[in-house]
Amino acid sequence: MVVLNLENVSFRYGQEAECVLRNISCTVPRGEFLGVIGPNGSGKTTLLRICNGILSPQQGTVAVKGTDIRQIRRNVLARTIAFVPQDSPDLFPFTVEETVLMGRAPHLGKLQFEGEKDFAIARQAMEATGTLPLAGRHMTDLSGGEKKRVVIARALAQEPQILFLDESTAYLDMKHSKAIFDLLKIMNRTNHLTVVVVTHDINTASLYCDRLLLLSRGNIFAAGRPEDVVTESNIREVYETRVTIERNPISGLPRISLLPESLSDSRKPVKAGAAPQL
Amino acid sequence: MDVFMVESAVTLAKVIKVSLLLFLVLLATAAASLFCGPADTGLLQGFREILGERPEAAFALKPEDVTILFSLRLPRILFAGLVGASLSTAGVIFQALLRNPLADPYILGISGGSALGAIIGISTGMAVLPLGVPLPAFLGAAVTVILVLAAGGSVKGFSSGTMLLAGVIVNAFFSALIMLVLSLSSHADLQKVIFWLMGNLSLAEPEEILLTGLVLLAGFSIAWLHARSINLISLGEETAIHLGVAVERTRMILLLSGSLLTAVAVSFSGTVGFVGLIIPHMMRMLLGADHRLLLPASLLFGASFLIVADTLARTAIPDMELPVGVVTALCGSPYFLYLLRKGRFRPWSF
Repeated sequence: MVVLNLENVSFRYGQEAECVLRNISCTVPRGEFLGVIGPNGSGKTTLLRICNGILSPQQGTVAVKGTDIRQIRRNVLARTIAFVPQDSPDLFPFTVEETVLMGRAPHLGKLQFEGEKDFAIARQAMEATGTLPLAGRHMTDLSGGEKKRVVIARALAQEPQILFLDESTAYLDMKHSKAIFDLLKIMNRTNHLTVVVVTHDINTASLYCDRLLLLSRGNIFAAGRPEDVVTESNIREVYETRVTIERNPISGLPRISLLPESLSDSRKPVKAGAAPQL
Repeated sequence: MDVFMVESAVTLAKVIKVSLLLFLVLLATAAASLFCGPADTGLLQGFREILGERPEAAFALKPEDVTILFSLRLPRILFAGLVGASLSTAGVIFQALLRNPLADPYILGISGGSALGAIIGISTGMAVLPLGVPLPAFLGAAVTVILVLAAGGSVKGFSSGTMLLAGVIVNAFFSALIMLVLSLSSHADLQKVIFWLMGNLSLAEPEEILLTGLVLLAGFSIAWLHARSINLISLGEETAIHLGVAVERTRMILLLSGSLLTAVAVSFSGTVGFVGLIIPHMMRMLLGADHRLLLPASLLFGASFLIVADTLARTAIPDMELPVGVVTALCGSPYFLYLLRKGRFRPWSF
């Protein structure tokens, strides 16, 4: 089943002549773990905001489970799609528990208070993200990693079918970053949750994603399995950066390394043959 | 299920419990305030006699005492409560919607607009007419709101920053006009103007009190109906959209409600400062940030607070009345600084 379908989507901000996205077509089947990569300004975040219905494309259509996104009311859409933003500033002293319960909002009537079912779902989401011990703490008192996990718990409490994450592990250390990707993978495998991550971390994306979408200047430059997308020539062309790519010894998936100018000046691999090139 | 984890979550039962408690505080405050005033009304004497030997003589109030109690003090207490409640409710709304802890009911320039209207009313001699001051004050507030909403809120790309700036600029513009009108007006008018600017709760007519009450009822009901959406919007506009809130519509409804609450209160009472800023903060620290609880709590406590402040204003110095805004600012500012120093309160964590 296709959960998300973009057809010929083009978008530009305001009256700008330059399109941020050009004729993007893409289909996301249910249960896919999709990674969207590309340099700064390539249109990743814009693409995500269009898939969420925050922005409306000037051309083309976005369909969620077969229905045009413009026909879906916001609270109905929020039961299908959840979003974890890049960063979420905290101004008011909500507790972790209150924050996660807010994920239940799209499922509740206007004057309805959260019931036992909502508490149970929120509790589950907190257990899954390891945030249950933080329940009574204020969001303003948490570290970056803790906060991120709480926001993911809130997204899970929405019981979505599609989960979008925008640079969600950008500020996290390895341990927390891995924990979050592992959690997403589990949700993806066991609950058939469709996961779409936008990230700059190509190596991690390669390890976890079923499919990668490489954006370049508003176009899909390449799409497919990580080993087909993450190649030296693709990266050199899109990122205008020279890298070496080898295989991860355990997974066999591509692993990218920067090639500093001081080394690439010599125009030859440092230790020829040591790194099997893709 | 043996319910939740720490039970920090707000339930309907908790809202009702806290509201009832604060309502009792409000009743007690109002009753106590009824005893306070320069004239000895015999009310205290009456209580002494209930407890003493002649209970049958209790409350044998003289007619002039009845007048003082029920025609002078009671309406004024009622009005003080309504104004305090309106400003506190509006303060909660504006702080959440503009995502700015320094926001108060006047942040969008309503104070400047209504002050200009009131001052024009006073200095042109319209004050002798019925609604001669409140009406121009209300018109001034309405024009300001329309200007500011048009500047910052009409377009899709709403930015609270733009609206805040628009409010500041509009306020500055009206301040200049106020100075202009003041420099042209007589000394007798100046005293009245100063009293109006500092807030004065003694002027309200019964119809005006009723109107303030009705607007409070409407404004609060609308806000409370949207309380969960306010929670979500206070997290950020995009987050609210992701959680299913129709942000543009909700925001506009709430900004208009908050503006109406403020405009009506200000038109009848002048610009009473500090209530709308400090009460939401106090309640948030005590009860948390959930607006389903924060709104009714701020309404009730704001009412009590302004009744106390106004009682001080009319009794602190014998034979003289202070503007109530002086009292709220004198009590409010040090308390606010104390909170800041204690570090329990970090409005700049964003």
